[in-house]
Amino acid sequence: MKSTKLFMSALVATTMLVGATQAKTLVHCSEGSPEGFDAALYTAGTTFDASSRHIYNKLVEFERGTTTIAPALAESWTVSDDGLEYTFQLRKGVKFHSTDFFTPSRDFNADDVVFSFKRQLDKAHAWHQYTAGTTWEYFNGMSMSSLLKDIVKVDDNTVKFMLTRPEAPMIANLGMDFASIVSKEYADKLAAGGNREDLNQKPIGTGPFKFLAYQKDAVIRYQAHDTYWAGKAMIDDLVFAITPDAAVRHQRLKAGECHFNPYPNPADLDAIKADADLKLPQQEGLNVGYLAYNTTVAPFNDTRVRKALNMAINKQAILDAVFQGAGSAAKNPIPPTIWSYDESTVDDPYDPAASKKLLSEAGVSGLKMEIWAMPVQRPYNPNARRMAELLQADFAAVGVEVKIVSYEWGEYLKRSKAKDRAGAVLLGWTGDNGDPDNFLAVLLGCDAVGGSNRAQWCNKEFDGLIKKAKTVSDMDARTKLYKEAQVVFKREAPWATIAHSVVFKAMRNEVSGYLIDPFGGHNFYGVDIK
Amino acid sequence: MFFYIIRRFGLLIPTFLGVTIAAFSFIRLLPGDPVLLMAGERGLTPERHAELLHQFGFDRPLWEQFLDYFMGIFQGDLGHSLVTKKPVLEEFFALFPATFELSICAMIFATTLGISAGIYAAIRRGTWSDQAVMGTALIGYSMPIFWWGLLLIILFSGILGWTPVSGRISLFYFFPQVTGFMLIDSVLSGQKGAFTSALSHLILPTIVLGTIPLAVIARQTRSAMLEVLGEDYVRTARAKGISPFRVVGVHALRNAMIPVITTIGLQVGVLLGGAILTETIFSWPGIGKWMVDSIFRRDYPSVQGGLLLIAVIVMVVNLTVDLLYGLINPKIRHTGG
Repeated sequence: MKSTKLFMSALVATTMLVGATQAKTLVHCSEGSPEGFDAALYTAGTTFDASSRHIYNKLVEFERGTTTIAPALAESWTVSDDGLEYTFQLRKGVKFHSTDFFTPSRDFNADDVVFSFKRQLDKAHAWHQYTAGTTWEYFNGMSMSSLLKDIVKVDDNTVKFMLTRPEAPMIANLGMDFASIVSKEYADKLAAGGNREDLNQKPIGTGPFKFLAYQKDAVIRYQAHDTYWAGKAMIDDLVFAITPDAAVRHQRLKAGECHFNPYPNPADLDAIKADADLKLPQQEGLNVGYLAYNTTVAPFNDTRVRKALNMAINKQAILDAVFQGAGSAAKNPIPPTIWSYDESTVDDPYDPAASKKLLSEAGVSGLKMEIWAMPVQRPYNPNARRMAELLQADFAAVGVEVKIVSYEWGEYLKRSKAKDRAGAVLLGWTGDNGDPDNFLAVLLGCDAVGGSNRAQWCNKEFDGLIKKAKTVSDMDARTKLYKEAQVVFKREAPWATIAHSVVFKAMRNEVSGYLIDPFGGHNFYGVDIK
Repeated sequence: MFFYIIRRFGLLIPTFLGVTIAAFSFIRLLPGDPVLLMAGERGLTPERHAELLHQFGFDRPLWEQFLDYFMGIFQGDLGHSLVTKKPVLEEFFALFPATFELSICAMIFATTLGISAGIYAAIRRGTWSDQAVMGTALIGYSMPIFWWGLLLIILFSGILGWTPVSGRISLFYFFPQVTGFMLIDSVLSGQKGAFTSALSHLILPTIVLGTIPLAVIARQTRSAMLEVLGEDYVRTARAKGISPFRVVGVHALRNAMIPVITTIGLQVGVLLGGAILTETIFSWPGIGKWMVDSIFRRDYPSVQGGLLLIAVIVMVVNLTVDLLYGLINPKIRHTGG
């Protein structure tokens, strides 16, 4: 009886979805509200899903489901021999969205590219401070303000980026969300009408979906862009039904109120797998969770001590208890979805006896240390407190006494940077542009000591390799250098690499063609509903 | 009555001042730097950090920041959200109708059911039905809202399929917001079935949000009724042969209502508190969830502006209750209680 009712209600709900969607409508139960729609102003993935990933295009974009760069609004590009000039040939005939609030009079051209970047770069630009508290945080965070000298229009279809130094990840940076191309014509119209803030509220782009309406904290509506340069989307309408609670998202998915749940609760995974109407693809996330020792403070300045502690960690127990199966053990400082990942690395084995032996060889006994546990949940560490407790038990087994400490998140990030910090810090990183440099230089480079290099680890050999890789544009050569760097990392063990999260996406069976984005985004171009 | 009203209004001024100071200080007392939180793991150079603090005006002395905020209030400017960059006032009033609509429905649900249950229990004092009503009220009062909401969703939406899971209206209805009140807008839209859909979406959140006030009102009504039913004038009325319905419904109820109305007024604060959880469970786009998000992001302007506006609403409701109280009970307006 119960199953009949369940079937009937699912049938009714599905009929509702399909019936009302003769124009094919995909409903995405998104996890939160976007902060705005001008992607360059923000850093949050939820905002990018609602803006850059559907409304806009970039000069280059990552191929769906990969971290491989492909041409988008730029058809091709050349790099000068000294690596300081990038010249892009722009795609012709690209249309901006035509909506009830804007009708473009021309196609996309070099003016739009120059405008999109100059407003972020040039402090004197009329749009640099167009809305209250504009900080262009991602652009600055990726050091673009110091990297870019200028962007100039060569002709309508050619743009030149001039750099202050050679930077191999430059192209990957241009595939990031802050590099979304906005319409200069639309911006001019808004400026003339005194409505500059609408650039962030009523977006116009060249992307596969055009913005229709947003009801704050409730619904965002999009419509397929009929004249999209890469071909019209297979679905006609896209709806984001904002549903912050994971348990409720699960119920909505089951009831057929939405097609897609981006972040299912680990506790619901078994139920989703068992449900004949739902499917649950999975993939490793573009992130790494780690424990960073302070390599400048004794006894952690001794590689043997760090290695010994790494061997005391039972990663499987952490994966079971903290990730509840939604994680995989990390052996390298970059996730396996990134090119140049070194498959041949052998992880430090879980061997408390060997760990004890190595500690005594290093002359360490009765060691007392702190482990810092983050106060927030992150994809790379869903429960840092629990993880710290497990590490405490593991270390106790080899005679190391651990005190767990924590601070408010802002304080935690600040204090953990201190060069003379006591103890080891639990933290992690989610990649921005799929480039190994975005992990290795940011987290382990000498320049980042006292900043995001929480291990305060400056190894000349490692640093030399990653610095060299940054200036070489040949992919094979870069891959080789990064692999060598990973070998040095593993030998020196500035961190205990703990885990990469495994990402699950729950969706109804009607949804086809969805590819998990390694960057953690959600993109419904190329997706269809049966 | 005139002086009573003036006195009540006079009391609002120091309360308002206190609220502005409290709203401004509370968020700043919490550890955490909004600029650092914005940067997250990516971090900031000390120079960039200082530059941003300066840009937001957080490097100025606290008294200057307060003065800015205070003077802004009188010009209707509560600042811009650090996150969405939109004016706080605009954000608040875009979301407030949703919370207001839900709170009104929850209040109607709680008062009608709560007063009836309280009267019923008082009349049946000591019987098993009295025990049952009061026992249920106690359970309702102690129910964790989050759990209760999920339980109802799983039962009525998941298993029985009677009500929608969450949201304010089915996604297939798409019309511009005129008043922000979905029940009204759905009628104005002229779309067939929109009103029914909006109403069906209100059922579960109304029950969840109204449960605690219902329990409190029921218990308060019962005890007030019991007290009044024991009074001499009620005994006299009964002795004179007036129908039991008239004794309870007219003579006793009017006097019993005085403390009940106070309780109802106080429940407004409870409703706004409960709205935070209810809105999160039912994906209800109201101010409760917005406030929580703002606190977590240390969005100072949104938190201080939002707190102030909520406090003003609570103050206005309590003032109305006080005035109503004076109207019902002449003794109060004369003695100045």
